[in-house]
Amino acid sequence: MQPIRPELVQEMLDALKGEPVYLHLEMTTGAYANKRNQSMLTASAFITNAEVRYSQGSIAGQGPYRIGLKTETGWVYAQGLTHWEEQEKDRIIAAGHDDEGKLVVAFQLSKQPF
Amino acid sequence: MEPNTILVVLPHPDDEGIIAGTLIQYAKQGAEITYICLTLGEMGRNLGMPPFANRVTLPEIRRQELHACCGIIGIQQVESWGLMDKTVEFEDQELWIQRIMDKMKELKPSLVLTFYPGHGVHPDHDAAGRMTIEAMRRLSPEERPVVHGIAMTAHAKDLLGPADVVHDVTAYVEQKIRAIQAHKSQFQLLIGNGSFEDPKRLAHYRTERLWTYRFDD
Repeated sequence: MQPIRPELVQEMLDALKGEPVYLHLEMTTGAYANKRNQSMLTASAFITNAEVRYSQGSIAGQGPYRIGLKTETGWVYAQGLTHWEEQEKDRIIAAGHDDEGKLVVAFQLSKQPF
Repeated sequence: MEPNTILVVLPHPDDEGIIAGTLIQYAKQGAEITYICLTLGEMGRNLGMPPFANRVTLPEIRRQELHACCGIIGIQQVESWGLMDKTVEFEDQELWIQRIMDKMKELKPSLVLTFYPGHGVHPDHDAAGRMTIEAMRRLSPEERPVVHGIAMTAHAKDLLGPADVVHDVTAYVEQKIRAIQAHKSQFQLLIGNGSFEDPKRLAHYRTERLWTYRFDD
């Protein structure tokens, strides 16, 4: 993973716009959050290979970044994105890692299922 | 008599690190160990530090780490059953109970190691333990192997009493640490913010505690 370059992410969001794409969206505190710190709530959610089509998609912020996709009937939103795979040319694999390197949020888009 | 055939049922690559000393010891005594690892831990938060894996590459990386770790421990058979991390409790339980039962009938282990249901902390741990225990419950008392459960909850001692199986694995602690380190994408999480040289941590690694599961019949 490399630090996100927003201008390149934007190009890919533009390229995938209007087409049926597969989305992986995830956020997690880690399964042991409450064990490590009792004031923390262990929580996570993910949806994998959800089919979406968006009419507007952009990346915002100065880093960490946000991505918002306006779909036909709603929105897809992710905040806290820090890293992505720069060598991926046909799909977006992005995530937000905390200062220990642990994944907190993931955002992935592809024409093929993950 | 030392167990000669052992079945281990755990949900994530690296769970075996918790009992690595015990398994190293059994392997050295000549036990045949089969490890069913239900998922590939593909939803793990640790992707290396700095991150060298991503959500797409992690499953294969963790499969390789699992095999490297098991090689160091001396586990002869590793089976990845291909369930999805975090979803074990939502699978068709009956299907997997049946498969675990079939495996027990095939291998006839004298000892089974899994998570103690209700004390796994991670829902996949509890689901793995529950399904394994249920598979064993369906065997007759005569064909039923002994089960030693891993309990991770803070209150395990209060509810279950002190562990009845306590292994001092000091003799194998370096090998155990090497096995854990084979999970390159994960071991920073496994050791928290500390290091393997930390004397307190080392002391923790030298003792492995297990609880025998008692069936009603």
